[in-house]
Amino acid sequence: MQDPTSSSDSEIGRVEVKETTCYMCACRCGIRVTLRDGEVRHIEGNPSHPLNQGVICAKGASGIMKQYSPARLTKPLRRMQGAERGESGFEEISWEEAFQIMEQRLSKIRAEDPKKFALFTGRDQMQALTGLFAKQFGTPNYAAHGGFCSVNMAAGLIYTIGGSFWEFGGPDLDRAKLFIMLGTAEDHHSNPMKVELSKFKRAGGRFVSINPIRTGYSAIADEWVPIKPGTDGALLLAFIHEIIKQGLYDRDFLVRYTNAAELVINDPSSDEDGLFKRFEMHIEEGCFDPQNKLWWDRELDQAISTHTEGVDPYLLGEFTLDDGTPVKPAFQLLKERVEEYTPEWAEGITGIPAEIITRLAHEMGVTARDQKIELPIQWTDSWGKDHESVTGNPVAFHSMRGLAAHSNGFQSIRALGILMSILGTVDRPGGFRHKAPFPRPIPPCPKPPNGPEGVQPNTPLDGMPLGWPSKPDDLFVDAEGEAVRLDKAFSWEYPLSVHGLMHNAITNAWRGDPYKIDTLLLFMANMAWNSSMNTTSVRDMLVDKEENGEYKIPFIIVCDAFQSETIAYADLVLPDTTYLERYDAMSMLDRPISEYDGPVDSVRIPVVPRTGDCKPFQDVLVELGGRLELPAFVNAEGKPKFRDYPDFVTNYETSPGSGIGFLAGWRGKGGEKFLKGEPNPRQWEMYQKNDCYYHYKLPRSYQYMRNWNMGYLRWARAHGMTRYAEPINLHIYSEPLQKFRLAAQGKWKGKQPPERLRKRIESNFDPLPFYGETLLSRLVDTHEYPLNALTQRPMAMYHSWDSQNAWLRQIHTHNYLFVNPQLGHKQGFDDGDWVWVESPTNKVRCMCRFSEAVEPGTVWTWNAIGKASGAWGLSKRANESKKGFLLNHLIPEELPPCEAGDNMSNSDPVTGQAAWFDVRVKVYKADNSEPQETWPQFPQQKQVPGQLGRRGKWQAFIAGKFGKVLGL
Amino acid sequence: MTQLALVIDLNVCVGCHACVTSCKEWNSSGWAGPLPDQRPYDADPTGTFFNRVQTFEVGEFPKTETIHFPKSCLHCEDPPCVPACPTGASYKREDNGVVLVDYDKCIGCKYCSWACPYGAREYDEMQRVMKKCTLCIDRITDETLPEAERKPACVLSCPTSARLFGDVHDPDSDVSITIREEGGYQLMPEWGTQPSNHYLPRRKVRIKIHEDELIRSDNPLVKEELPALPEDVETLDDVAW
Repeated sequence: MQDPTSSSDSEIGRVEVKETTCYMCACRCGIRVTLRDGEVRHIEGNPSHPLNQGVICAKGASGIMKQYSPARLTKPLRRMQGAERGESGFEEISWEEAFQIMEQRLSKIRAEDPKKFALFTGRDQMQALTGLFAKQFGTPNYAAHGGFCSVNMAAGLIYTIGGSFWEFGGPDLDRAKLFIMLGTAEDHHSNPMKVELSKFKRAGGRFVSINPIRTGYSAIADEWVPIKPGTDGALLLAFIHEIIKQGLYDRDFLVRYTNAAELVINDPSSDEDGLFKRFEMHIEEGCFDPQNKLWWDRELDQAISTHTEGVDPYLLGEFTLDDGTPVKPAFQLLKERVEEYTPEWAEGITGIPAEIITRLAHEMGVTARDQKIELPIQWTDSWGKDHESVTGNPVAFHSMRGLAAHSNGFQSIRALGILMSILGTVDRPGGFRHKAPFPRPIPPCPKPPNGPEGVQPNTPLDGMPLGWPSKPDDLFVDAEGEAVRLDKAFSWEYPLSVHGLMHNAITNAWRGDPYKIDTLLLFMANMAWNSSMNTTSVRDMLVDKEENGEYKIPFIIVCDAFQSETIAYADLVLPDTTYLERYDAMSMLDRPISEYDGPVDSVRIPVVPRTGDCKPFQDVLVELGGRLELPAFVNAEGKPKFRDYPDFVTNYETSPGSGIGFLAGWRGKGGEKFLKGEPNPRQWEMYQKNDCYYHYKLPRSYQYMRNWNMGYLRWARAHGMTRYAEPINLHIYSEPLQKFRLAAQGKWKGKQPPERLRKRIESNFDPLPFYGETLLSRLVDTHEYPLNALTQRPMAMYHSWDSQNAWLRQIHTHNYLFVNPQLGHKQGFDDGDWVWVESPTNKVRCMCRFSEAVEPGTVWTWNAIGKASGAWGLSKRANESKKGFLLNHLIPEELPPCEAGDNMSNSDPVTGQAAWFDVRVKVYKADNSEPQETWPQFPQQKQVPGQLGRRGKWQAFIAGKFGKVLGL
Repeated sequence: MTQLALVIDLNVCVGCHACVTSCKEWNSSGWAGPLPDQRPYDADPTGTFFNRVQTFEVGEFPKTETIHFPKSCLHCEDPPCVPACPTGASYKREDNGVVLVDYDKCIGCKYCSWACPYGAREYDEMQRVMKKCTLCIDRITDETLPEAERKPACVLSCPTSARLFGDVHDPDSDVSITIREEGGYQLMPEWGTQPSNHYLPRRKVRIKIHEDELIRSDNPLVKEELPALPEDVETLDDVAW
C-alpha cells in the first residue's frame, strides 16, 4: 500500500465542500458535506454552527447510507385498479398525473366541505408551510407530530412560564451547579445537550437523573433515582412541599415575577370563585394578562395594586377585601394544596425513599439560595425599575417525553414549572432560559376558529388550525359543545390540545366520528406502524370497507422519501427528497433553532441532485396551492404566484407588506434588515454564505429575565416577534384553567361542557397542580396487569427510524424487552427467553433481556427498531421483523368506555397528549414449542416500482465509485 | 519518539455511537477503506467497524451503573500483533507510534487477531484482509487540512468531547496531563503490551447539606407571620389575670 502520509484525500477525484443542515433527526445541526465526484464522501459537523459547534452524532455521520438507501422512492405511484389497499400494487405515473388527481379531488372537497380533507404530518419542521396550506385550503383538520410526542411539555410549561424545553428554551448548563433530568428526554435536544452536559460535568456540576431506567444520559448521572412511571407529579409536588416547608423558595422572585402574591377570590358561592380579584381600570383587549390585580400590603395590612413601588406583600394568609370578598394569595392556595403531598406520601407512590426526596429538595433549595450568580448586567423591568445586575439561582431542569407521555402529564409538568418558579430559576443564569420567539404571553395569542362557521367552502379557515385557548369561548365546538375537528382537538374532550391529536385521526375517520372524511394526506408520518397506537387495529381500519365496497377512508395520499409501512396503504404515493436534495427553512414562524442569546433560523440548500423523479413536499404544496387557487399562493389574476418553494420563501410575506416572512435573516431589499423587512431577492445566497444559518445576538441586557425585561419586550415588539410588551408573570396559579373549571361548574357565562364531560373538566382543570393516577391505571385491572411498559429511543436512532440505514441497523438490529431479573425469577423465565407481553389491547411475543438498570415494576424496549416484514427496503428475513417488535400493538389509542364517553382518546384530558407511557402489561414465558420469532407478524410488504431496491450480499461504500457499482 | 493515542473519558461518554459511524464514514472512502458490510439489508447484518461501543451494567438494582465503553485498537507500545504477523503486514510506525496493516502484504491468516488481547482487530470478510483503527492516519498527517481538523474523525465528531487525542510521550501534552491528573488508566496492563490509549474513570459529585443551612434567620417564612392576631383568637391576655 501507498504510505498514508504521502498524499491527501482531497487529491482523489473531484472534491466539493458544501454546507447545509442535517435532518437525520429533529436537532438540525449544521453540517459540512464533502463530495467526491458528485457522491457524498463525508458529512461532518460544521464547527462554526451555533447549534452543534462542529460535532455530529451517529445518525448524522450515517447520512450517506440514508441518501443511498434501498428504501428510496423515486417515482409517483398510483394504486392499480384491482389492487387492494395494503398490497403495494402500484403503477408509476407522472407528476402531472399525480397533480391532476389531487387537483381534481381536492378542488371538489374545497368547494363542498373543506374539512373532508385532512392533512397530518410527522416530524416535518415545516409547519409554517403545512399549517399555512391547511388554513388557506380551509380545513381545520391539520396537525403534526407534537400531539403524540410531547405536547404536554409544550403546553404545561407554556401555560405556566411562557416557554418550554427544547426549541422553546432549556437548561443553562454553562452556569448551573445542579442539574435534574426527569424521565426520558435525550432526543430533545440531542447534540447540543450532549455538548453542554459534558462541559457541565467537567466543571464540577452535579447531575441527578430521575428515571425508571438507567440508559442514555442517565448513565453518566452522579445519582440515578429510579421512579415508577407516571408518578413524576407526586415527586414534584413533594419537592414543592418540602421547599415551602423549609422556606427554601425565592421569595423576592415569587413576589415580583409570578402571580404568587396576587389575591384570588376564595368564595365558592360566587361565579368568580377562584379568579383573581381585579379592580376596575381601562384595559386594552389583548392576549396578555392585565395587571389590574391586588396584593395584600404587609405594612398597611390592606389590599393594594400589585407591583406598587416599595410595597412588600404577604404570600401567605387569608384576607377580606373592603367589599367583603374573601381572598387568599395564590401562594397560600399552593401551600394548602401541597400540604398533604409529603415526601412520605410520595414514597408510597413513586417508590423513592422519603429521605431521598427530602435530601434532593434540600439540595435544590440550598443550591439555589446559597450559590447565587450575580452578573453585572444592568436591565430595567416591566414596571420601570432599574436593576444593577442579573441574579441566577443555579439549579436547572430538563424533561421531555418521560413526563409528557402520560395522561396526568400536563399537571405534572405544571408542577415542574412551579418548582422552577419557586426556586427562582426562570430565564436566569444557571437555570432555565428562553429561546426566541419565546417567552410568549400565557397563553400565546393565536386561536383556533371558535365554531363550525369558521369552516366555509372555498374560503380560508377563520382562525389558526392550531392555537392556544385561554378561556372556554376559545374552544372549537358546535352548538352542542361537540368537536368540529376530526381529531376532536380544542373540544371539551381535550380543550388545550395545542398540537392536535394526530393519534386519533385515523380511528375517528374510520368510525365517522365526528364525521367521515374524503382524503387523508400523510407526510412523513408512519401511521401504519410506529406512529400509531394500537397499530394492528389501525392497519385494519386503513383497509376496512363500507358495505358498498368503498374504503371507509376513501382516499389516502402518502408523501415520504422511503418505503415505510404506511406506503403500502396509499392510493397515491408522492416520492419526497432526502434532506441532502432540498431547500428547507427552519422558520421563526414554526420552531426555529434559536439560542439563549438570541434568535437563530437556518436553511437547507441541496448538496446533491435529486434522485429519480422525487420532488420536495414543499414544492408539491406550493404547486398544489397554485392549482387550487389558494389565496396566499396566487396573484390577483388567480395565477400561481411562486415558481417553487425557494421562490416562495424569498417572496412570501404573512400579509402584503408585513415584512415578516419564512426567514428572519438578511431581509430588506439589500439584506440590511433582520426579522422584519421587505423580501430580499438574494436572501438564499446570503444564508449560503453564512453556513446556512442566521444568528442575531441580543445585547447582554436583553438576554435574561425576558418575561419582565422592558428593553427586551419592546425590542421583540418592534421586530414583530410579539404583539404586546406586557410582562409575562409566571402562573403559579392558573386562571385560564380555572375558567374552564367554572364552566364545568355552571358558573361561566359563555360556553359550557356537555354533561358527560363536566366532571372530567372540573377535576382536571385544576388551577393548581395535583397528582392523580394515570387514566388507564384507573380503568384496567392492575392486579391482572401489574407492570408498566415503556419505550426509549437508542441514541443512534433518536428521533429517526433508520432501520434502512446499513450502518445504523448494525448497531440496533432488533430489540429486546428489558426486565429486572427479580421479575424474571418470579415469573419463571430467564435472560434471553421468549416471552409474551400482554395488555388488555393485544399481546406481543419477543425476547427478553435481564437488566439491573430498570426498576422492577417496569419493562421496556427500544422503540421503532421492529419493522414490518419487507418494509424499508429490508429483506423478509431481516432481524427487524423476525426478532424486532413494536410495543405500540399493546397501547390502546382509546380508553375503555367510561363516564366521559365510549371512545375517549387514551390521552391527557387537558391537552390530548398521547399517553404512550400509561400502558399496563403482564409478562409470561412463551411455550418452548412456539416459533422463535416475534408476534404479530404481517404478510411481507412488497417493494414498489421505482424503489432503489435491494442490494447484494456485500456493500462496500467508496465515495465516487458506489453509484457506478450499483448502476445508480 | 512520538506516540499518538486516544484518551477516552468514561465520565462523560453517553454511548451515542457518533465515534462509531463517523469512523466508518471517514475510513470507508479513505486510505484504510473500504469497510464493507455483509448482508447490509438482510438477516444478521455485519460489517467492518474500526471502533465499537460496548455497553454493560455493573452492580445490582438500584445501585446500578450503566457503562458505555468505546473500544478500538489501543496502539500498544509493544503490540503483540506485530511480531505475530508472518508477512510483516502488521507494523508500528516509527514516526508517530500508530499501528497499521499493509493490506497488500496481509494474507488474512488472522494470527494478529489471536495475538491481540483486546479483540481490537477487524477481519474484512470481503477483501479477506485484516483491518483496524488507523487513528485516521490519512487525516492526522494531511497538511492540506486546517490544523484543528488534523484529528481522528471520532475525536472531531464526539458530542461530549469524551475522546482526547495527542502524544502520550510528551509530558506537557493535554492527553498526558489528563492521564496524570484525572486517573487515566490502561486496559489490562498485566499483559505487558503497554497500550497507548487510556481511559478516564467515572467520577461522582455529591452535595453535602449541613443542618444549619436549613435553619436560618433569613428564612422567608418569617415574613408571613401576621402583624396582629384575628380578634376571635384567644390568648392568655384574654383569659388570664
